[in-house]
Amino acid sequence: MKDQGSYRPLSYFQLMEVSLRELLVEKGVLTGEQIDAEVENMRSREPTRGAFVVARAWTDPAYRKRLLENGTQACQELGLDVPALKLVVVENSAQVHNAVVCTLCSCYPRMLLGLPPDWYKSRPYRSRMVREPRKVLEEFGLSLPSEVSVRVHDSTADMRYLVLPMRPAGTEGWNEERLASIVTRDCMIGVSVPRVPRE
Amino acid sequence: MAEARFAVGRKVRVMKAYPVGHLRTPFYIRGCTGEVERVCGAFPNPEELSQMRPGEPRVPLYRVRFRQKDVWPDYAGPANDALEVEIYEHWLEGL
Repeated sequence: MKDQGSYRPLSYFQLMEVSLRELLVEKGVLTGEQIDAEVENMRSREPTRGAFVVARAWTDPAYRKRLLENGTQACQELGLDVPALKLVVVENSAQVHNAVVCTLCSCYPRMLLGLPPDWYKSRPYRSRMVREPRKVLEEFGLSLPSEVSVRVHDSTADMRYLVLPMRPAGTEGWNEERLASIVTRDCMIGVSVPRVPRE
Repeated sequence: MAEARFAVGRKVRVMKAYPVGHLRTPFYIRGCTGEVERVCGAFPNPEELSQMRPGEPRVPLYRVRFRQKDVWPDYAGPANDALEVEIYEHWLEGL
């Protein structure tokens, strides 16, 4: 049987994007190379950048303080440029668990976490996370006791958010690299917490 | 830069208005009362930017903390659960 592939006609917005892109190139506003380079740049950002920031905050109390006071500047210190937008770092504790959503669209700290996962942009996540966050977190496998307050941050305007998770027990003496390895993207969105893998 | 009218801790209410256009104030939070968590600085007005205008003068932006129970009266979780939302000053009235 002939392989039909998974070809589907372009959606309305895909078509709009292609048309706009071709027009920009045709009119000499941008070159194809510039567009490719920017797409590559976006793809190259990975959550490891954010994990590196978290690991530094876990090992250096003075850095942690600077990160919470001014996230943008603290990232610049590590050579991570956070252009134009301000980064707000929210810290988890034994009393408070933070999680991030953008109900209006899909605002996300791309410079630290790369491209957002599809579920982050989905309507169910965006609408339910502000309405019944505990239920949503449970579906992610994170069940929080009632003495821990859940604080949901709706990224509606010019700020971007990074959750600074709690450093788990059993990581004493670890170096930054090893610590960063347990800080996943989901931990920094706040729908998960770092876990120490079993030996 | 515009001077921020509301200080941290100030009780504020989000306007219950429904203008057309590109807005950064979610529907669900309109009419709700919270407390200023921090002043984020002043930013070009997004409602103006979306109309291809410069967005000046800049508008102070706040992070406002709402108790979940004040946003959703039937909220099922503990009383301390909170929502924090960025709101531009012209959407807020001081209480």
